[in-house]
Amino acid sequence: MKILIVDDSQVIRNRIQRAVGHRKFQQILTAANGREAIEVFKRERPRVVTLDITMPEMDGIAATAEMVRTDPGALILIVSAISDKPTAIEALKRGAHGFLLKPFTDQQLTDALQMLIKGL
Amino acid sequence: MDEKDIQVLIDGTVNYFHRVVDKSTEVGTPYLADHAEVVVSDFTGIIGISGARRGSIYFTAPSAMLSHILLKQGETDRSPDLMADIVGEVANTISGNARRAFGQEFMISVPTVLQGLAARQKLSLADRAFVIPISWKQYRAALVVSLT
Repeated sequence: MKILIVDDSQVIRNRIQRAVGHRKFQQILTAANGREAIEVFKRERPRVVTLDITMPEMDGIAATAEMVRTDPGALILIVSAISDKPTAIEALKRGAHGFLLKPFTDQQLTDALQMLIKGL
Repeated sequence: MDEKDIQVLIDGTVNYFHRVVDKSTEVGTPYLADHAEVVVSDFTGIIGISGARRGSIYFTAPSAMLSHILLKQGETDRSPDLMADIVGEVANTISGNARRAFGQEFMISVPTVLQGLAARQKLSLADRAFVIPISWKQYRAALVVSLT
């Protein structure tokens, strides 16, 4: 199973990569903005995506919608500092499956990913 | 900005540092910024605010503190590029978290990062800008809130 980690912060990408690296993902892909994420997503078809909201080029909400249009089976976890309810609801409406608020602990991240993939 | 608004950002700062850095981080009493001597350190991450409130929120910190924060995040690479990255991410996280209280109309930009004291010339502060002092170990940083 492939995972795509999308965040404009390299520190956050690295952190998520370290947290999931030893788990059940065979390939870890990364992207630094929504547009790059869409390109990687269409080419590599990852099953799981972690996606920030506030990013240059294309935000995470728009990227979620595009990914779900491309593959309705994609499992998308929003990982963002944006904390208002309407934004979380909008992300879920567009097709995201979960929402993890920054700052997060490694345990919170792995729990959120477990919840996401438990049905697989 | 009123006291309640400032408290939201103080709480966000405490939450970030206690969760990510260390519970011994102290967030001090905010004070009005001195326009003649804008507070800046080695790296400054700036978030532009638009919508119902306008202006900016910036986090500024010395390299040594950012190096320690990177270490806390599990980074072995503590290059200037990653220091610039983390200073922007701190500003972004605290500003983004404030939307819980301020709502969707509190719109935040992606971070812009400035390095060195040159940041002072590029920052323009609102009439009533507040400095929230942050101290951890021997390091001193600040969150500066400049909103109308």
